[in-house]
Amino acid sequence: MRIDLYILAFSGVTVMATIWLGFWAARKSKTAHDFFVAGRAVSVGWNASAISGEYLSAASFMGIAGMVMSVGYDALWYPVCYACGYLFLLLFIAGPLRRFGAYTIPDFAEGRYDSPIFRKIAVVFVLFIGFFYTLPQMKGAGTTLAYIIPGLPYWAGVVLVGAVITLNVALGGMKGITLVQAFQYWAKMFAISAPILVLMAVYGHYGHQLRQAGSMSSGPMLPEVRSVQGAAGSETVVTVRRALPEKAPTDDAWLNPFGPLTTKAAKAAKLSPEQAKPYSLLYTYSLIIALVCGTAGLPHILVRFYTNPDGAAAKRTTMWVMILIGTFYAFPPIFGVLGRSLLPELYAGVGAKGTDKIVLELPRLLNDRFAPLGSVLSGITCAGAFAAFMSTFSGLLVSMTGALAHDVYGRMLRPQATAEQRMRMFRWCAVLLGGLSIIGGMQVEPLQINFMVGQAFAIAAASYFPLLFMSTWWRGMTMKGAAVGMLAGGCLALAAISLTSFSDLKWVDLGIFWAAHPFLRILCEQPAIWAVPLAISLMVVVSLLTNAEVPLDVRMKMLVLHAPERLGLKQEYIQEHQQAR
Amino acid sequence: MLLGSSMPVPEKLDIHSESFLRSLMRRQFRLSLVCAAAFMAGLFGLPLANYFLPDLMGARVFGFTLTWLILGIGFFPLVWVIAWLFIRQSMALEEQEVARTGRRSGPAELAGIEADRRSGAGRF
Repeated sequence: MRIDLYILAFSGVTVMATIWLGFWAARKSKTAHDFFVAGRAVSVGWNASAISGEYLSAASFMGIAGMVMSVGYDALWYPVCYACGYLFLLLFIAGPLRRFGAYTIPDFAEGRYDSPIFRKIAVVFVLFIGFFYTLPQMKGAGTTLAYIIPGLPYWAGVVLVGAVITLNVALGGMKGITLVQAFQYWAKMFAISAPILVLMAVYGHYGHQLRQAGSMSSGPMLPEVRSVQGAAGSETVVTVRRALPEKAPTDDAWLNPFGPLTTKAAKAAKLSPEQAKPYSLLYTYSLIIALVCGTAGLPHILVRFYTNPDGAAAKRTTMWVMILIGTFYAFPPIFGVLGRSLLPELYAGVGAKGTDKIVLELPRLLNDRFAPLGSVLSGITCAGAFAAFMSTFSGLLVSMTGALAHDVYGRMLRPQATAEQRMRMFRWCAVLLGGLSIIGGMQVEPLQINFMVGQAFAIAAASYFPLLFMSTWWRGMTMKGAAVGMLAGGCLALAAISLTSFSDLKWVDLGIFWAAHPFLRILCEQPAIWAVPLAISLMVVVSLLTNAEVPLDVRMKMLVLHAPERLGLKQEYIQEHQQAR
Repeated sequence: MLLGSSMPVPEKLDIHSESFLRSLMRRQFRLSLVCAAAFMAGLFGLPLANYFLPDLMGARVFGFTLTWLILGIGFFPLVWVIAWLFIRQSMALEEQEVARTGRRSGPAELAGIEADRRSGAGRF
């Protein structure tokens, strides 16, 4: 396969536009304040587009389509819960957090409990969850570049994209990023919707494609439909399905709930489909909890709420974010559905050549009939993919770098550092973390993008979400309770997830054990169902045991968190604190 | 607790009182909880429906199975509606709370908010 010039051109333009915007914004952001939270004065429309741009990662753009194609119905929970998690954020966390007003989550942790130690713990967690979430972005970068330039090794894409973003962040800080991300949301929205609308016009609409997928469901294993390969020239080809390769799931399993994703563990244990169903239900619930609570706990999303002028604006922003991302998320599954009938060869591929690249590859089919339209549209989706992992990676890098430069350096190591020193440190930290992410990203080629993101969400769900939720709504929380709950929940979830990932990567051999204990396998792969309640109960128990240590001015803190901003309690609180010191 | 001297007296309701905080949090939490319950009923109900009513959920609607249509498309508008209602209600709630205390934004607070906004560079 040779390099497709259209694809190269479109991706090139996106990357150039991103870099140019970054530099342009960098010239405008001068102060340290600008660097960290964009001067805290970003308008609702900009901020909503930027949050959405940051949120729609490689997992959303490529991963969901790939996963819907490979496992079918069960994968739909991902886009739905990615979007619904925002509602949770809005209902319980967004308003109070903004009213409390602090730069980062560690700021909140320290402010709420008056504890510098807790700040350090929170910083470690910001870095940690952020890092876990950068890995799938890196995989997206490697996959896309290997597609655009055939022959380029996976790692080269990771290095190239990683280096570009790192440079961008090091130069622009948060403000540069806000503008770039707002632009990238619209780039992604266009890139996911335009090609699929054209594809549906040519090959039949969403429902039509699904009807096909189910109409031969009762047949034997494979292949269900034999068709003439390469018959794309004729007019009747529209409804013809290609034969499914060996590795593809059957139509029945693919179309209906409790398919390959959720029954994997039970299948390995050789349970009958009927016996497997309760396990699938458990898996589904745990997945839902992880995704919904995880959204509310992702640090790089939360930091964005501080860039709203006030609490009311924060709420309006969330509303817009939900509309923007909800609209977006209706599209990727369509790629998966069309991919199943039109490009089944991808089922046979692994790593960067598997279903994860369906979004990039699918539009090219149009070349058979309307060349070069297919290449143009494929170029557009490649550009969108670039926008996806570039924006999310930038956001993560900003929040991780912020934690390192603002908290570790600016507060712990050298509190007396000048603003200029801090900005220089911000740049060095960006380079350091960017480098680490690139090295990590090179290791994860065999894992599915969307799966990795789900894992990052599960860890966030078991650590940050309980912390934020309980700190906001329960006065009895103590620092010790919060720390114990967050650490135990996060670490146990991480341990369980690592165990399954390591055995999937064949670093440890647990195949026999998992086959004997499908229940444990599910609880390890999707730990949210036990880890979230565990973290919350630990918080309650430890807080009750140490209830003498509840912060003295907890009533005032709660008032600042919950009373309307117009009452001016925040200013009063700050004055009191200054007097106390 | 220290009270700033610039504060308008007399007040209808002491905003530092225990009872104010209690009612404030309770009202806000109840609103959030009602909205969350509506949304979770859908989110947690769908797997149950898939589990116990596979035939109904597998019925074809415009080519989709019913459950695919609900999950893949129908959920997003539901969430938007809940979010919209919540935002409207919670703004109204804040309005009421401010009215209840009788403590309208005095010039001091307004100046504070303005300064907070101005301290950052302009928006783009």
